[in-house]
Amino acid sequence: MQTRQPLVESPNGAVELSNDEISRYSRHLIMPEVALDGQKQLKSAKILTVGTGGLGSPLALYLAAAGIGTLGIVDFDVVDESNLQRQILHGTSDVGRPKVESARDRIEDINPNVNVVVHEEALTSENALEIFADYDVIVDGTDNFPTRYLVNDACVLLGKPNVYGSIFRFEGQASVFYAEEGPCYRCLYPEPPPPGLVPSCAEGGVLGILPGAIGTIQATETVKLILGIGEPLIGRLMLYDALGMSFREMKLRKDPDCPVCGENPTVTELIDYQEFCGIPQATAAEQANVVPEISVSDLKDKLDRGEDIFVLDVREPHEYEVANIGAKLIPLNELPERLVELQTNGSEIAVHCRSGARSARAVKLMQEAGFGNVYNVKDGILAWSEEIDPSVPKY
Amino acid sequence: MPKVKIPTPLRQYVSGNSEVEVGGDTAGAALGDLTDQHPDLRQHLYTGDGKLRSFVNVYKGDEDIRYLDGPDTEVSDGDELSIIPSIAGGSAGGRCR
Repeated sequence: MQTRQPLVESPNGAVELSNDEISRYSRHLIMPEVALDGQKQLKSAKILTVGTGGLGSPLALYLAAAGIGTLGIVDFDVVDESNLQRQILHGTSDVGRPKVESARDRIEDINPNVNVVVHEEALTSENALEIFADYDVIVDGTDNFPTRYLVNDACVLLGKPNVYGSIFRFEGQASVFYAEEGPCYRCLYPEPPPPGLVPSCAEGGVLGILPGAIGTIQATETVKLILGIGEPLIGRLMLYDALGMSFREMKLRKDPDCPVCGENPTVTELIDYQEFCGIPQATAAEQANVVPEISVSDLKDKLDRGEDIFVLDVREPHEYEVANIGAKLIPLNELPERLVELQTNGSEIAVHCRSGARSARAVKLMQEAGFGNVYNVKDGILAWSEEIDPSVPKY
Repeated sequence: MPKVKIPTPLRQYVSGNSEVEVGGDTAGAALGDLTDQHPDLRQHLYTGDGKLRSFVNVYKGDEDIRYLDGPDTEVSDGDELSIIPSIAGGSAGGRCR
């Protein structure tokens, strides 16, 4: 049944299944591709999921149910209400709890046979090799470029497979990066995008169900690797488009010049991934680009006093529908063509968005177009809701 | 005419389309025509000195043009080019600091 060398060798008597476990896993045991031996391989496998959020949720739930013996979870975040739309490991009663705690409780409820190892910390260049060392497979469910490159490089250095998944809005990617047998993440994308050019899920949104589709692909690939069955996604990039409901597959090749898994690697130990992803430079650039700000309380005072101040909202119409403070709406991408609508005769202009990032760009753009007295509303409509008017919903 | 499949993060720069028909005999010319039709897309695909950005991969069918003839890769009627940018989304929390 095996099509390749299983990642976890058959434990040959070192691991046994109890009668309860035999009942629990009966649908696996009757399949020749898994059978008793395969179920014991799953039980002796040690899998690490990095992140217990959108991708980590379906991953951890299915791997636990499937009978993985040791499941490590890395996360330092706490459960927030806005997570519940997609992070199905966590429930409403978990809001405010550390994610690793709520994840552990849920996993133990699904399958008490799983040994859950909690790593309640951020993954860093200092701890990644040590944490990864104990595991057979690393599953990447993170949400940012520095951690993705860190996970990749640590897996290459340790010779472990990295089961990759990534999502945005209605689209997902999945692959298995295993430098021992094929390309790594850096062969595909040698460098990360500069900060700000690619929107994150927090900015761009994500369909709540999407991580379910991608996370279960990752879980499937993990189980296949352990058992040595089927064709793994090594050297292939799976693209999923939920709107078109289509899967496409691209070929990936190992780059002989790859800086970490190529013939003459230049990255031979973990580096500073924040710096690699341009994050400190971006901060410096942001400081150089600093724009005048106004706090929501100062804005409120000015409006209450009837001062001549014009309020502009640069979010999208669908966001305006969710929450607004009655300001004029011109979405940021339409602003250059619609500046003529802002004949404000020298009065002050306060520009807001959701949290202050887009409105800072709008202020910069307006200053360059010759507007004076333009202010960025610090922390946007979120701050307005928090400090001025709680009836405005936060989203 | 060849067509270019546009990924979600870049659709806002091509009037929301998921696919654009383009002219040109090579991948480079086809992408050039695409950015002529949609100038806002240019800075997301190319660096200031005109090189394809390293976090954007272009495929002809299922092959990365880096492993064909790069921008000189021939394209003809009915060929499908895909732009595949890196995306990082997954779960908040796995973040390194």
